[in-house]
Amino acid sequence: MPDALELDPHFPRSVDPAVAVAAPVAPSSDRAARCELRRQIARLERELGELFASTFPRRGINWTVGAAGGPRVLEVGELERIRDGLANRLAEARAEVARRADAEEAGRALVERMIADPDEYRWVRVSNEDVGEPGCKHWHSRPRFGILGMLFGWWRVKLSSGCPLAPGLGGCRGPHQSLRSRSSSGFEVQQATAQAAARRRTAAAARGRRR
Amino acid sequence: MSDPVDDRPTEAGFLDPSLRDEFPGLGLRYVSVDRGSGRSSRALKERLRVLSDRFTGAQAITLRRRPIPSAYRVFFRHIGLDPDEQPTPVEEIALERMKKGGFVSQNLLDDALTIATIESGVALRAFDADRVSVPLGLRLSHRGEGLEGRRGELPPGTIVIADRGRPIGLLFGAIAAGRGVSPKTRRMLLSSIQVKGVPDIAVEEALWLLVEALETG
Repeated sequence: MPDALELDPHFPRSVDPAVAVAAPVAPSSDRAARCELRRQIARLERELGELFASTFPRRGINWTVGAAGGPRVLEVGELERIRDGLANRLAEARAEVARRADAEEAGRALVERMIADPDEYRWVRVSNEDVGEPGCKHWHSRPRFGILGMLFGWWRVKLSSGCPLAPGLGGCRGPHQSLRSRSSSGFEVQQATAQAAARRRTAAAARGRRR
Repeated sequence: MSDPVDDRPTEAGFLDPSLRDEFPGLGLRYVSVDRGSGRSSRALKERLRVLSDRFTGAQAITLRRRPIPSAYRVFFRHIGLDPDEQPTPVEEIALERMKKGGFVSQNLLDDALTIATIESGVALRAFDADRVSVPLGLRLSHRGEGLEGRRGELPPGTIVIADRGRPIGLLFGAIAAGRGVSPKTRRMLLSSIQVKGVPDIAVEEALWLLVEALETG
């Protein structure tokens, strides 16, 4: 993590920058060490802030580092713990964002395939959250004209109209919550993709048998 | 139009030398106004409503990218506070705006503080001028010192806002009982806390905005 910490070359230290997070700073004086640690904390905090702003509307990422207890002048050890906590949190948040970006990319690709061939993705539902966008919109592969469409294979991808109206202060268990609970998660998207692939394989095998 | 802050020049508060060495850029400025709080005028409520419309969710999300709110977050980390657990003043107001759907009018002082804080990003506090003795400043608490209205002693070395005699509040924390503004307050001391990364002009502007909102509202 040396790039994140960007140690001051003028700062007197005897540790390798590559292991600066794990190893304690060896300062010539405590004040100089505190000053350097505060500089590192400032940099990490700004990077964490940038990441926080860029990850919206993704939710469920832990941004909390924890307080040392204040307001007071912190000791070197406490500043080191905050710096390490920020560095770890930043690394975890980046990894989580990267993981979700991959899942969202898969979600977007799934939507494209669903639109191209709705019959292959029967009943699959992908929400905005699955593709990393705000709002309650979702794509749903469903038959035209209900049971008739199911019988004749008239499948299409229907795009929902968006978020339901606010239920008001008393309506905490309104349609919004029920919709959220039905909304497909990234796991469900993967499951749907696997199911569609299995259906394709079965159809190909059946075509092979007919030939 | 007369300048409300030019009429009442701001004073620089004292700063403990150890704090000056540890936190370059830390400072406190204050100005007194000869009025208390009270009900907000219709014009001030309207101003608050317009500000609510101007301040959107997107701005709240990107607040910590802006230099001044970011400087306060960094300083919170430096003094052992977690800005995600105890939000900085501007983030606290922004959070309330998101929860309540607007800046809800409370009283003249709180409305003026909301406007000045959101517009400038600077942390502001108000005290009852008749219950504190100038000069105000920032220092470390001594052994055996407490904060009125709070049980027990303050841990030695706590950063406090103090007047000539005693701590009157924790930095970014509670105000001592009886030192804050109440309905009986006749004169107020308005203070701003400056940290590294917050320019002098922003501090001056924050106090100007606060005094102006109190004068007109």
